[in-house]
Amino acid sequence: MIALLDYGAGNVGSVLKAIEYLGCPAAIADSAEALAGAQKLVFPGQGHFGAVMNALAARRLLAPLQEFIKAGKPLLGICIGLQVLYEASDEAPEALGLGILPGRVRRFEGVFKVPHVGWSQLELRNASRLFQGVANNCFVYFCHSYYAPVTNESAAVTDYGQTFAAGVETKNLWAVQFHPEKSGEVGLRILRNFLEL
Amino acid sequence: MFAKRIIPCLDCKDGRVVKGIRFVDLRDAGDPGELAEVYNREGADELVMLDISASREGRATLLGTVTRVAQKLFIPLTVGGGVRSSEDARRLLSAGSDKVALNTAAVETPQVVSEIAEQFGRQAVVVAIDARRIRSGNLKLENGNRSASEHLVSSFQFPVSNFQFSGQAAWEVLTYGGTKPTGLDALEWARRVEALGAGEILLTSMDADGTQAGFDCELTATLARALHIPVIASGGAGGPEHFLEVFQKGSADAALAASIFHFGTHPIRSLKEYLREHGVAVRT
Repeated sequence: MIALLDYGAGNVGSVLKAIEYLGCPAAIADSAEALAGAQKLVFPGQGHFGAVMNALAARRLLAPLQEFIKAGKPLLGICIGLQVLYEASDEAPEALGLGILPGRVRRFEGVFKVPHVGWSQLELRNASRLFQGVANNCFVYFCHSYYAPVTNESAAVTDYGQTFAAGVETKNLWAVQFHPEKSGEVGLRILRNFLEL
Repeated sequence: MFAKRIIPCLDCKDGRVVKGIRFVDLRDAGDPGELAEVYNREGADELVMLDISASREGRATLLGTVTRVAQKLFIPLTVGGGVRSSEDARRLLSAGSDKVALNTAAVETPQVVSEIAEQFGRQAVVVAIDARRIRSGNLKLENGNRSASEHLVSSFQFPVSNFQFSGQAAWEVLTYGGTKPTGLDALEWARRVEALGAGEILLTSMDADGTQAGFDCELTATLARALHIPVIASGGAGGPEHFLEVFQKGSADAALAASIFHFGTHPIRSLKEYLREHGVAVRT
C-alpha cells in the first residue's frame, strides 16, 4: 500500500489517479499515524517552498516525515517534493529544507521565460532504479520556477538555461523535478518503477 | 532540448465536442473522452477543453466530462469556458484539470486571476485572450537575432528568425466568445495579466480563427517576445506549414488547434515529423 503525503496543497489527486491506474492501492497520509504505518511514500506537490515547509510543520508532519526517512522506507518526491530535500531555497529565504541533499534551490536566471513549463529532455547520469527502461533524452513535463543544483545524487539532469537536477537518488530517497503523472507513458513507467521497488 | 508544444482543443457543448467557425454553425465532432484518448495516443503534448455551453446544465455536465477525460489522460489538461471565480477553478481542478483558462472573467474582474494564482499556483492559471487587429504594422525583413527584448539569452531556445516585426500594429481584446470589444490593447492587457499572476497566455486571433489560412504570426510574436510567460498561439491552423511559421516567425511556445485535428486531416504524429524535419524541437 502506497501512501501519498497530503499537506493541504500540492496535487495529490492527479498522482493518486496515476498510481491507481497502475493498479496499486493507495491511501492519503495526512497524520503522524498514517505516516508511521506507511511502507512507501510519495510526496507530491506544486507550490511555494516556504508554504510547503510551513504546512508540514503546522500539520505536525515534519517530524513523522523525518522519522519515515530515517527508518529507511522508500520515498518519492515530486516537484516541490524534490526541492524540500535540499538545505534551503531562494523562494523562501527564512525557511529551511530537510537538508538531506547539499545545496540551495535557486530561481532560473538568464532565461527569458520563467516558469519552465513544458517538455524537456532527461539526460540520465547514474544508473538509477527509478529510470529503468526509460530512454536517455526522453521528454518529461516540467512546471517550475526554481531548480535544484546538480550533485552526486543527481540521477538525471535537464538543461533550461542551466543544467539542474531533474531526478535524484540517495539511499531510500528518490525525487523528480518533473511531473511523472503528467509525462505520458514515460512518466507512468517511472512511477511504476517506484511502485515496484 | 525544450520542446514546442502541440495542443489539440476540444470545444465542448453539453458533453459533446463541437466545431464551428467563430461559434456559429456547430458540427458534432465526437465524444470528448474518446477524442482525448486518440490525441493522447497520437502524441499531443497537452489538451485544452473549452466549454461553450450557455446553460447551467451544460456547465454541470462539464465537471463530469472533465473527470471522465482526466481518468486516462496523463498529460496536462486545461479547462476553460465560463470560469468566473476561484470557486469555479477549485471545482475544475478537483475534477481533474491541471490548469483553468479564464477569458471574460479576467477582463471584468482582474483580481480573480491573482486569487486563483495565489490559491493554486500561477502554473494553474491560463488567461485566454481573443484579439482582433485594429491597426496594421510594417513587416520588415531583417537578419540576425531578435532585438525585441534585451532579456533574451541568445544561446537558448528558438531558431533565429530572419523576420523582424516592427511598426505599430495593434490588436483589441474581445470578450464573450470574441463578440464584445473591450477597448483594451492586447499587448498591454497581456502584460497586466502577467503581472497579476497568469502562468500562460492562450492567444486567439479572431481574424484568423476558422480560416485555416495560418496563425496571426505578427500578433503572436508581439506578445511572445514581450512577455516572460509562455504564449500559446491559437486560431487559423490549416496545415503543418502554419505551425512551422508560428513557431519560427511567431515565436510561439505552443500552438493550439481544433478542426484540423478533429476531422483527422492532419494527424499530430505527422505534424511533429514535419516540424522535426524543419528543425523545430518537438517531443517524440
